[in-house]
Amino acid sequence: MNALVEARSLTMRFGGLVAVSEFSAAIAPGAIVGLIGPNGAGKTTCFNMITGFYRPTQGQVLLDGRDITGLPPHAVCEAGIARTFQNIRLFGNGTALENVLVGMYVRQKSFWWQSALFWPPALREEARQRTRAMELLDAVGLTSVAGEKASSLPYGAQRRLEIARALATAPRFLLLDEPAAGMNPQESQELMEFIRHIRDAFSLTILLIEHDMKVVMGVCEHIYVLDYGVTIAQGPPAAIQSNPKVIEAYLGEEALAYA
Amino acid sequence: MKRYHVFALNFMLVGVLAALLVCAQRFLDGYSIQILNLVAINILLALSLNLIYGFTGMFSLGHAGFMAIGAYVCAILILSPDQKAMLFLLEPAYPWIESAHAPFVVAVFAGGLAAAAMAAVVGFPLLRLGDDYLGIATLGFAEIVRVVANNVPRITNGALGFKGIPAYANLWWNYGWCLLALVLIVRILRSNTGRCFKAIRDDEVAARAMGVNVFRLKLLSFSLGAFFAGVGGGLLASLLTTIDPKMFLFVLTFNVLMIVVMGGLGSVTGSVIAGAAVTIILEWLRFVEDPITLGSVTLPGIPGMRMVVFSLLLIAVILFRREGLMGTREISWEGIAAWLRQRRKA
Ligand SMILES: Nc1ncnc2c1ncn2[C@@H]1O[C@H](COP(=O)(O)OP(=O)(O)OP(=O)(O)O)[C@@H](O)[C@H]1O
Ligand SMILES: [Mg+2]
Repeated sequence: MNALVEARSLTMRFGGLVAVSEFSAAIAPGAIVGLIGPNGAGKTTCFNMITGFYRPTQGQVLLDGRDITGLPPHAVCEAGIARTFQNIRLFGNGTALENVLVGMYVRQKSFWWQSALFWPPALREEARQRTRAMELLDAVGLTSVAGEKASSLPYGAQRRLEIARALATAPRFLLLDEPAAGMNPQESQELMEFIRHIRDAFSLTILLIEHDMKVVMGVCEHIYVLDYGVTIAQGPPAAIQSNPKVIEAYLGEEALAYA
Repeated sequence: MKRYHVFALNFMLVGVLAALLVCAQRFLDGYSIQILNLVAINILLALSLNLIYGFTGMFSLGHAGFMAIGAYVCAILILSPDQKAMLFLLEPAYPWIESAHAPFVVAVFAGGLAAAAMAAVVGFPLLRLGDDYLGIATLGFAEIVRVVANNVPRITNGALGFKGIPAYANLWWNYGWCLLALVLIVRILRSNTGRCFKAIRDDEVAARAMGVNVFRLKLLSFSLGAFFAGVGGGLLASLLTTIDPKMFLFVLTFNVLMIVVMGGLGSVTGSVIAGAAVTIILEWLRFVEDPITLGSVTLPGIPGMRMVVFSLLLIAVILFRREGLMGTREISWEGIAAWLRQRRKA
């Protein structure tokens, strides 16, 4: 099967520091893929290169065979890639509903002056957007807080709202940066179900960064492991779990911490 | 609350406003009417700056520059060719300047368009700058406009400026334009485009990740704000009937900024209330500039004193109520209805 997203030897240098070196990945449509590694391994940097926030020092990103390297973030989003952030970035003054509506802007057909001048098709589009936004809030279980200020929501709800907002951009490829951060085991369990559910419901391909090994091993079909910017291993969860290099670099570190 | 209820209530509100204006025109003296005119123009200016700064988060200090452009364009268009032939004493005007003539509406509109076009041109490089730099750069822009106005005598009549500009800007025009600005700005802010303005203000990085073309929307908001600043400048030129480059010093921007901050960054209602209040208070404060007699001691009047008093007031507002009068809250019919319902229940 052809890859939906392909990273070709992506490299990111910050001065003397090589944050990511020659990261290559081919992600099949519909897959849920994990990206793991110790703190500072370069995972978020990979996301930033794929989503256009950083221009890779070297290498390419392909979406459905099209080279999207160097496109600005908004164009990458328009091409069909959406993301969430490690440290939640919502539009704090807006309501939950408004946050989702902003996500729909990229697919909006009418121009700014049309709805200002009560142009009927533009008003109808706004009504449709509202309905759709409520559906998305429903999908993440936030219907009851649609009118609440985003910054006043509890942490878990904010994480889910960020996902709903990303879904509003109608992506084909979704990048989740540590979606389970700060969740208790019960919540992480639900999150795994939820990630599978949205993959099916929205026919997505998902790449996620996660420190919670239960989540990663439970939900991902394929895993890439970074250490100091270098891809030290990749493969299905079972193979990763027993890979000595990974155990040394990452799991070993955790095992030590728990010892 | 149904949409047509809101529409009807707004319609009634406009009717009440019109009735008040009729009364004002019949019963108030010239001085009070002048203040009412200034109220309208200041509200319009505050709304335009609030759109740029309060709603889109671009710290722009270039308002005086946009107002100057609007004022000059409007003045040149409403002054008759004969008047212009007499006004240009230093050097004769270019023929196309002298012969240009248009009705007042067109002239004000053209002033707004010219300001918006200029905003698009300067915004192109400037809006890529970070916040603090944007403030400094736009401040510089406004200063450049003033210097240019001083130095192209064949267009602007140099330092002498224009006198005897036709005084078309009566209550009806000023409140009409003010209302137009209010309705358009509120409509835009309530649309998804306006939501994106606020998104850019709240978190630019997230907005970009969500597919918002941040630069384009910033340029749009900046140009729209500049349009209404130009309109305000045009109305002011006709209201005061004289303009010259010295009128468009930084103080002018500061006055508008003060209204916006006092009303609340990101509140249309706040700009309307503060626009009216600040204008009236500033006029009322003129007494502190007159000589004061306390018993046998007579304090001489100090020009500029009211600005000192006013700045102190502004500092007090910022110290004790950082978010201004309204913060980002608004008063709307829906809000009032909800409040009444709650009161009835209680
Ligand atoms: N804009 C930047 N400028 C300079 N260095 C950077 C920049 N962004 C990231 N780095 C560096 O690159 C390295 C990788 O950072 P990155 O954020 O990708 O790690 P990560 O794998 O996401 O870690 P974590 O699990 O803590 O989120 C770190 O050493 C970081 O300091
Ligand atoms: Mg990270």
